[in-house]
Amino acid sequence: MKAITKLCATAAMVAFSATGALAAGGISNGVVKIGVLGDMSGVYSTGFSGPGAVAAVKMAVRDFGGKVLGKPIEVISADHQNKADVASSIARKWIDEDHVDMIADLTNSAVALAVQKLASDKHVITMATGAATSALTGKECTKYGIHYGYDTHALPVGTATAIVKNGGKSWYFITADYAFGHALQNNTAAVVKSLGGKVLGSSDVPLGTNDFSSYLLQAQASGAQVIGLANAGQDTVNAIKQAHEFGIVQGGQQLAGMLVLISDVKSLGTDVAKGLQFTSAWYWNQDAASRKWMKEYEKFSNGAAPTFPHAADYSLTMAYLKAIKAAGTDNADAVRAELGKMKINDFFAKGGYIRQDGLLIHDMYLLKVQKPKDGPWDVAKVVRTIPGKDAYFTLAQGGCPLVK
Amino acid sequence: MNVTTHPEIAEFDALSGPAGQTRGRALQAVFWVLLIGFVLVAPFMLYPVFVMQLLCFALFACAFNLLIGFTGLLSFGHAAFFGGAAYITGYALTAWGVPPIPGILLGAVFSAALGYVVGALAIRRQGIYFAMITLALAQIVYFFALQLPFTGGENGLQGIPRGHLLGFIDLNQTLNMYYFVAAVFMVGFLIIYRIIHSPFGQVLQAIRENEPRALSLGYNTDRYKLMAFVLSATLAGVAGSTKSIVFQFASLTDAHWQMSGEVILMTLLGGLGTIFGPVVGAFIVVALQQFLSGIGSWVQVVIGATFIACVLLFRRGVVGELARWLKVDSL
Repeated sequence: MKAITKLCATAAMVAFSATGALAAGGISNGVVKIGVLGDMSGVYSTGFSGPGAVAAVKMAVRDFGGKVLGKPIEVISADHQNKADVASSIARKWIDEDHVDMIADLTNSAVALAVQKLASDKHVITMATGAATSALTGKECTKYGIHYGYDTHALPVGTATAIVKNGGKSWYFITADYAFGHALQNNTAAVVKSLGGKVLGSSDVPLGTNDFSSYLLQAQASGAQVIGLANAGQDTVNAIKQAHEFGIVQGGQQLAGMLVLISDVKSLGTDVAKGLQFTSAWYWNQDAASRKWMKEYEKFSNGAAPTFPHAADYSLTMAYLKAIKAAGTDNADAVRAELGKMKINDFFAKGGYIRQDGLLIHDMYLLKVQKPKDGPWDVAKVVRTIPGKDAYFTLAQGGCPLVK
Repeated sequence: MNVTTHPEIAEFDALSGPAGQTRGRALQAVFWVLLIGFVLVAPFMLYPVFVMQLLCFALFACAFNLLIGFTGLLSFGHAAFFGGAAYITGYALTAWGVPPIPGILLGAVFSAALGYVVGALAIRRQGIYFAMITLALAQIVYFFALQLPFTGGENGLQGIPRGHLLGFIDLNQTLNMYYFVAAVFMVGFLIIYRIIHSPFGQVLQAIRENEPRALSLGYNTDRYKLMAFVLSATLAGVAGSTKSIVFQFASLTDAHWQMSGEVILMTLLGGLGTIFGPVVGAFIVVALQQFLSGIGSWVQVVIGATFIACVLLFRRGVVGELARWLKVDSL
């Protein structure tokens, strides 16, 4: 009798552990949920994030077939209103109650850092596209946090390298006076100096300034060949507009934007932004695959044109779903390991791979504003391809505590 | 002259009559029961982090109401106290390893000191000029938060440890954290309630109604106003400090002028100069932000429409209108 009880107990234990293993191996809760947490209504909603990002993720899910490992894929989205506390409480709820498996977008550095930290504590993968700060994969890196597309190191470095090599040796910076602007300026200045160029001076401009005239006049008077705009968004747009009014480009100086999207150029007009050089993680007219994707995206999103963060959203969703397929589970550890192993080579990320610190290394492109040839969005041409390893910082430079 | 031709006076009589007062007391008791009941059971019905966020904002709005509702001073710079204290507490917890309660006290001391400086400058002027001075000084604080090395600029102060309460209660447990926040809120709320119903509070209300008359009665109104300002700033700081521990970060949003605007919105929606109004207002605004986040760009439109509806249809705010409808003088 005792033997039979023991046998039953053992059998039960085996059965239990088997179901346990099955749960760990399959898809948790029978569905893969991707949460797009972005700025749907604020300053970043047109370029970096917004409905365009949600559309890109949904399109990737459609193109993947809507199912992975036989289980459905669901996309949910929310507007964090650029408030880290709103973002944080949405993300917590998504993870705790809705069992979201991966959170994408995370435009706005404060939001991205807060959500990446919290998601990692709860073993959920985050893939930030819209956020710029290189701290995401530097000092604040986490086990499950991935930064996909660009950062405050890759953009200015790419631009500076190319311009200095083309003869733009002396620089003057117009810098947004806060950590982000200074990071852009310092990263760029380091490259300029290392390539034998020199920095003639810089002006710190308060965030949200409308009148750039005195700074532009100083830049003009400095006689620098290149004026580097170490700012973003409306600040950059204002600076470029007024530089046009002062005839800076006609006067023989070059303008270099450290963080410019093609949607900014489109809103300025190619006449005003003429001659502006900037680095982008992707340009829709760079090759046949990108043009094809752009057409599909426009069809999918009712005519809205994609920016590079939107393309990144598509690419990362594909990569994430492929990683789940390869790992045979949506378990965060297994998927993160798979993401670290795979090569990402699609229309967006050329020669891409995700490093131990979570940074996606891929080729970047130096663009120069030109008169549109192929339709209204053809506002620039690719001047130079910057290999990923030159654009991004090295593992040691980042200072990620997980890297030993 | 017939008194009844003046509706305000007739109303005043109805509100402050003995019947109105008794009804008021009974209704207040009902509201107290509702509030305490809600605070106790909310984490089991709603998402706890959401309720914690709600309580922090409710305390912030109540502190603000102490100034605008009971002293008649419209400050447009309360985000400086809320956000400033959040940074101080966050830094103390992260860099010095201070436990949560002393951390919150540090934040409160900071906002009290800041409130003293801002208040001392601002109360020299009245009305719109008062609001503008507070706004200007709050913007200075905002730019300090943006520039100082310890605040982390636009990235904010991240990864603040929640720590252990009194050395043995682990605040990383959601429920422990919740009841800690609930306790902070209740203490703050009781302090405000006590202030309003003290002789000091009566003087504040006298100043709100008619400052020259209060002055002529021999009250040093400037000192009363300054004291009210400092108290309000301190409690706003407590709310900000607590929020930074709940969310484990302090960001520029907390110190931005829009936050000053939001707290005005909360107070107006709930009911200016009511005791429970700001809590209701905070609930409405935070809930709208939270539950409408799924509909994207319409959030701001809905919040704006709610505000317009409030201004057009129920100017006294939700609780204010309720009090008027029930003919009680304070709720």
